[in-house]
Amino acid sequence: MGILETKELTLAFNGSRILDGLSIDFWGGHVHAIIGPNGAGKSTLASTIMGLAGYRDHGGDILFEGKSIKALGIDERARLGITLGWQEPARFEGLTCEKFIRSAAKDKSMDRAREAMWQVGLDPDSYLKRAVDRTLSGGERKRVELASILALEPKLVLLDEPDSGIDVEALERIFAAIRLLKEKGSTVLLITHSMAVLRQAEHAFLICRGRLIDKGDADKIGMHFDRQCLPCDHPNIPLENE
Amino acid sequence: MSVDDTIKEIFASINMSHHLPEGTASVVIDQNKVLGRHLVPGLDVQAKELPDGIEATFIVAAGAKIEKPVHLCFGMLPEEGVQRIVMHVDIRDHAQVEVVAHCTFPNAVKVQHLMDADIRVGKHARYSYFERHVHGPDGGVTVVPKAKVIVEEHGRFKTEFELIKGRVGEMDIEYDVTGKEHSTIEMTARISGTKNDKIRINEIGHLVGEHARGVLNSYIAVRHQAQADIRNTLTASAPFARGHVDCKEIVQDEAIAQAMPVVKVEDPRAHITHEAAIGSVDSKQLETLMAHGLSEEQAVDLIIEGLLS
Repeated sequence: MGILETKELTLAFNGSRILDGLSIDFWGGHVHAIIGPNGAGKSTLASTIMGLAGYRDHGGDILFEGKSIKALGIDERARLGITLGWQEPARFEGLTCEKFIRSAAKDKSMDRAREAMWQVGLDPDSYLKRAVDRTLSGGERKRVELASILALEPKLVLLDEPDSGIDVEALERIFAAIRLLKEKGSTVLLITHSMAVLRQAEHAFLICRGRLIDKGDADKIGMHFDRQCLPCDHPNIPLENE
Repeated sequence: MSVDDTIKEIFASINMSHHLPEGTASVVIDQNKVLGRHLVPGLDVQAKELPDGIEATFIVAAGAKIEKPVHLCFGMLPEEGVQRIVMHVDIRDHAQVEVVAHCTFPNAVKVQHLMDADIRVGKHARYSYFERHVHGPDGGVTVVPKAKVIVEEHGRFKTEFELIKGRVGEMDIEYDVTGKEHSTIEMTARISGTKNDKIRINEIGHLVGEHARGVLNSYIAVRHQAQADIRNTLTASAPFARGHVDCKEIVQDEAIAQAMPVVKVEDPRAHITHEAAIGSVDSKQLETLMAHGLSEEQAVDLIIEGLLS
């Protein structure tokens, strides 16, 4: 039994099926990747697992540590140990990095907040008093969010496009943080269409049109994606309901 | 209650020690009595007791730079009554002073706090005034601060008004500020209203001198049945005057908020911008914090705390 299992997961928007009977078993303590072309349903899967508004009315079931979380709200899922890092993290006017991190942290001490900032390559003396707002670049906000996730010490982390808007140097920091999460016992689920991100994973699941196409070793799935999906010219339009 | 005990209770209500750092000027007023006054060179404060309050002059001598912030404390410990403060403020040419004022009404059931101020900020002078209100959990306070301000050439006037802890009650702020050549005006209000609080702000800035600058900011959060009516007006009638009006309001539950930024330019070389946003808490912010394990209520509180910080 894995830490997270999706069973025949289906979700439709405006008559179009975005998730189409997706059954995946994620083993605990590993770094997994969900890979697929744009519009494959990857981010929808992450949002559905987290229980975001608009993604709750789905078919099938989601089991976390063997128990259904279908009826649970976002915060209830988070308190079980699931969290989400957004593709484009939110801006919070006036809310300092320090408060943002410490509000989430398992250990709410200042020392832990500082350590988490160092772990994502941000100098706490320069950043902790700054607001998580438009004065931070998208990449900086992404690293601050990752620092908060490190301090949260979750069992399962969903990271949606962790390389989006990130420069090469910062990306190395993010990859190091992903390795650190695994070392600390978290299961990591990377949502990506990037080969560089895929290489951080041990196992991968290739999805297209909301369906599981292939699964296995990340290298093998990477080759499949690289050779057959990237050149694929079929329009990745979600299936119409029949 | 002795004067010392009253001072201690007033400072306790604002969570401060009544022993201020050495060299800090301060004036403590309870209802219509001056309980304590400590001045520093360059600063003169004279107060006259009125039947329902205090009339005071606050003068900083020309060229004087008051090193540490001057602490003013306006308190009213009884449950009922009126406190009327008439202030004449004169920050003379090239003077500099920063004032931190606390207004505390911890036991209010039916209290009126009325402030009527005329303020002159001299040429090249700087006047910064931060006012924090501390109210009890049940409201019962009507706060009506009114001020007419003249900022002379190259003068700087900055005011911040904050009421985040405790109930607002009813609040009606009216500021009218005129900025002359190369002057700078900055006015900010941060207020959190709950239950049936009523917040009304009418701030007007006139940029009448060349190169005058002005910024009016309002950050308001209203919940339950609270109401906020925010009017920020900025006019520019001189060449190269620049200004911005910014109003952000978060509305929850059955609260109602209205924002009316008014900008008026009477010289084609002047420029004023405005921005107003009213709405509920951003759903992405909310979901981000909830995905960290905060309840919806905790997340809303943190978002509002950030906005009003």
